[in-house]
Amino acid sequence: MDETLKELAGHIEASLDPRIERVEIVRDELVVTVPAHEIVPVMTFLRDNRLCLFRCLIDICGVDYPERTRRFEVVYHLLSLVHNLRVRVKVETDEQTPVPSIVDVFPAAGWFERETWDMYGVMFSDHPDLRRILTDYGFKGFPLRKDFPLTGYVEVRYSEEEKRVVYEPVKLTQDFRKFDFMSPWEGAKYVLDDDVEPEAGEGD
Amino acid sequence: MATREVEINNYSLNFGPQHPAAHGVLRMILELDGEVIERVDSHIGLLHRGTEKLIEYKTYLQAVPYFDRLDYVAPINQEHAFALAVERLLGCEVPPRGQYIRVLFSEIGRILGHLLNLGTHAMDVGAMTPILWAFEEREVLMCFYERVSGARMHAAYIRPGGVHLDLPAGLTDDILTWCERFPQVLDDIATLLIDNRIFKQRNVDIGVATAEEALAWGFSGPMLRASGVAWDLRKAQPYDVYDKMDFDIPIGKNGDCYDRFLLRLEEVRQSLRIIRQSIEEMPDGEVTTLDPRISPPRRAEMKRSMEALINHFKLYTEGYHVPEGEVYAAVEAPKGEFGVYLVSDGSNKPYRCKIRAPSFAHLQAMDFLSRGHMLADAPAILGSLDVVFGEVDR
Repeated sequence: MDETLKELAGHIEASLDPRIERVEIVRDELVVTVPAHEIVPVMTFLRDNRLCLFRCLIDICGVDYPERTRRFEVVYHLLSLVHNLRVRVKVETDEQTPVPSIVDVFPAAGWFERETWDMYGVMFSDHPDLRRILTDYGFKGFPLRKDFPLTGYVEVRYSEEEKRVVYEPVKLTQDFRKFDFMSPWEGAKYVLDDDVEPEAGEGD
Repeated sequence: MATREVEINNYSLNFGPQHPAAHGVLRMILELDGEVIERVDSHIGLLHRGTEKLIEYKTYLQAVPYFDRLDYVAPINQEHAFALAVERLLGCEVPPRGQYIRVLFSEIGRILGHLLNLGTHAMDVGAMTPILWAFEEREVLMCFYERVSGARMHAAYIRPGGVHLDLPAGLTDDILTWCERFPQVLDDIATLLIDNRIFKQRNVDIGVATAEEALAWGFSGPMLRASGVAWDLRKAQPYDVYDKMDFDIPIGKNGDCYDRFLLRLEEVRQSLRIIRQSIEEMPDGEVTTLDPRISPPRRAEMKRSMEALINHFKLYTEGYHVPEGEVYAAVEAPKGEFGVYLVSDGSNKPYRCKIRAPSFAHLQAMDFLSRGHMLADAPAILGSLDVVFGEVDR
């Protein structure tokens, strides 16, 4: 298994050299990193090449790393039934840069790309139908981004007076509790300036 | 008499979300030409609970119960995928008995899932009896769940490192007794439907997907096998002790609704083989890893040892830290390939947990499967897709 993966990694690297950023094997999994504008030819190669034949698109998803300059990673998982291998393809992008859609290569990409758009706000160019898919009609914001609060911004209830469902800002009696599990013996990075903060807050 | 020109416009029909054949909360906008479906626009997400977001705020152990609530007709199979992903990151080994128990309950989960689908698919096309028989057996299986985990459905039984507790005394005997009795029920269901003229008229050659199309649309599990592709993760990429199990992979010929039904029926029989085998070959020993960093100490030990108590407290408050990295683990769930893509940043909570649900990919194909079929075929196709909205919407 390990040898075939290495051979395949070498083959992909040799055939696609200027088009891909790097090929690595991490934890027995093949990971190919590609610049966004090359994703369609790379996917076509991975699907059609005799040694790859990754004919089945398993999944597309986004990952958010807010501290990076290009904060989103779009992660594609492909499966080759012939060679019994999997590959992970990664693309980096930000809020503005669209990633070319791979619907023409894999029709199954349609909903997965819609989901990535819905959850992260990653745009896909040339997608035939890039609507929101999982969130409510008229939803605002991208819920899986790290800066989107877990509770969201609005809550719904049925209003007896208006005889319809109304949207209201979230009102929670208790904040979501997030505990800090850092051990003081391992050197906590935070300095306890919590004492200062309430005073600054009082001025508002 | 002069002929009058009658103009028939395409019109759209709203199907669901409150339709009994919508299998939960699916809303479809069907564009019809007369009674022929031109386009299906599925609106999903009515059951979206933000599972992936919630998991990012929970420790690895607290994330396990969320997986029960995805495909809630076969809960344990989902936990299995998550446990495999976490274990691969942790690099921990599951003792053999734990692996056998996992296989045993995964197969019980498969029967649970398939029984529901066989029954509801038959009901969607007008047969009332099979679903009642199927649910009777599902009840028995859920009792097995309850005896082993304390919960009929949301078991949280397979956890990273192994399974939560060992089997209670007498459970394996009861499962074996049930295995003897159950094929008769299966035969009854089969005789009612397989040669039934109405059932065949509603299903044969309906919603056909060729092997090429099935692959292109990301099908997996019974949907892919019904199209004639011999692919099963339990054989191709075996996990736990599936490589020691002796079972066959049925495949279909035509890839229509009827084939999918027959295929699931046969898979139930194969699952019974695996259940019997896993009980017969199950070794004694531990059911979960003994690594104190992952699995909690025993109750008795906790009552005597302060260190064990601290260990238990730390595991259930802070949880374990998982090494940095990312991994994709998949299992053959009843509906197809259920995968978990887990990104860890080295803390006690997952940084990202993407759930790859088979039903999501299958439901996407509803549009291409239904085009050109009659309106009345839509419930049959939907029934054969075997969608559960817990995992489509996540």
